[in-house]
Amino acid sequence: MSKVTTIEEAVARIPDGASLMIGGFMGVGSPHALIDELIRQGRRDLTIIANDTARPGVDIGKLIAAGAVKRLVASHIGLNPETQKRMIDGDIEVELIPQGTLAERIRAGGSGIGGVLLSTGVGTTVAEGKQTVEVDGETFLLEKPLKADFALVNAWRADEYGNLSYELTARNFNPVMAMAAGTVLAEAEEIVPVGVIPPDQVETVSVCVDCVVARRN
Amino acid sequence: MGTEMDEKTTIAKRVARELRDGNLVNLGIGLPTLVANYLPVGVQVFLQSENGVVGMAPLGIPGAAAAALTDAGGSPTGIIPGAAAFDSVTSFCLIRGGHLDVTVLGGLQVDEQGQLANWMVPGKMVPGMGGAMDLVSGAKRVIVAMTHTAKGKPKILKRCNLPLTSVRRVDLVVTELAVIRPTDAGLVLEEVAEGVTVDQVIAATEATLIVPETVSTMKLAA
Repeated sequence: MSKVTTIEEAVARIPDGASLMIGGFMGVGSPHALIDELIRQGRRDLTIIANDTARPGVDIGKLIAAGAVKRLVASHIGLNPETQKRMIDGDIEVELIPQGTLAERIRAGGSGIGGVLLSTGVGTTVAEGKQTVEVDGETFLLEKPLKADFALVNAWRADEYGNLSYELTARNFNPVMAMAAGTVLAEAEEIVPVGVIPPDQVETVSVCVDCVVARRN
Repeated sequence: MGTEMDEKTTIAKRVARELRDGNLVNLGIGLPTLVANYLPVGVQVFLQSENGVVGMAPLGIPGAAAAALTDAGGSPTGIIPGAAAFDSVTSFCLIRGGHLDVTVLGGLQVDEQGQLANWMVPGKMVPGMGGAMDLVSGAKRVIVAMTHTAKGKPKILKRCNLPLTSVRRVDLVVTELAVIRPTDAGLVLEEVAEGVTVDQVIAATEATLIVPETVSTMKLAA
């Protein structure tokens, strides 16, 4: 029943060209060891769905620098000039999405919801090409669900079944991404025996998680 | 009109007077984060950081710190007793759902309709909107805290020519020169900074300003 595996085996499941949700906010709460292993194994042509690309050479910024990313879906790349440069040069296709809309689209993707109605972005460039829906006189954008082949998440503690708990602002997009991908790889600061994490503190239910790896320090 | 530091301090001190005890407040990166340092005595607010915390300690005030505790710019921050941590979904439910009393954001342009552009300059700067569009669309009150001009050019225009952050009309614009309230009728000049004349504000503004009979002098938090 244990889902604990090595970082090398976990990342070997990911093929070139896969779509990956990666948790983290400016590198905080990102699965550092899984990202490093993606680069070591030379993965290419990835689609990355993440809040941001951190800073140059940090966390997801390493994947950008390594030329491993073909397409990026994110809310903010302002603190990584390298991502902006590669976007302007045409090396990476970038789709920018408001942060709350990104979270809700991922939530819809992982919870069997066909779309969400959001007022964020109405009348702006974000609305281009999107269906609008009127509800009681208010206009909303129909935002479609977002899913990925894999989610790479970072947790504070994991048990051997894959139950996860998180810490402070390292939580961010990790719990919602763990619901929205075909295969979920969880990197934990600490792996504990089953039963150690109190049920009330489990935020990602083990059944959503496929592999658990220990962070390398 | 003083140094850049004076300008930012003036703006932050004026905006601080807009906050009420118990407000949930989200301060944008940069100038807006200074606002928390000038809260009037007796006013305690809960600061939200959209990466997942309510109860962030104001800048420069040591709160409880941890490696996994950062602000929306990814810098280490502290929290006050009574803080709460949550994921990005919950964070934006607070923002869109009518729970956020005030957001204070920087601006590149504001126009006569009170619309704000603050997230990109096509071809030059494409940082992405982050949470700005959600904040401007969702907060109960939106206060723009920005310098009145950029390199001598007005930022308060007849019509924004940069991509809008939201079509929602912002509630108040505070600069180092003036306090301006967007209304149905247009932009009302409510206050001018000490030592600044109404004519000086008009000269530094491209948009038409509605000037009431009395324009008061800007009062700053201590």
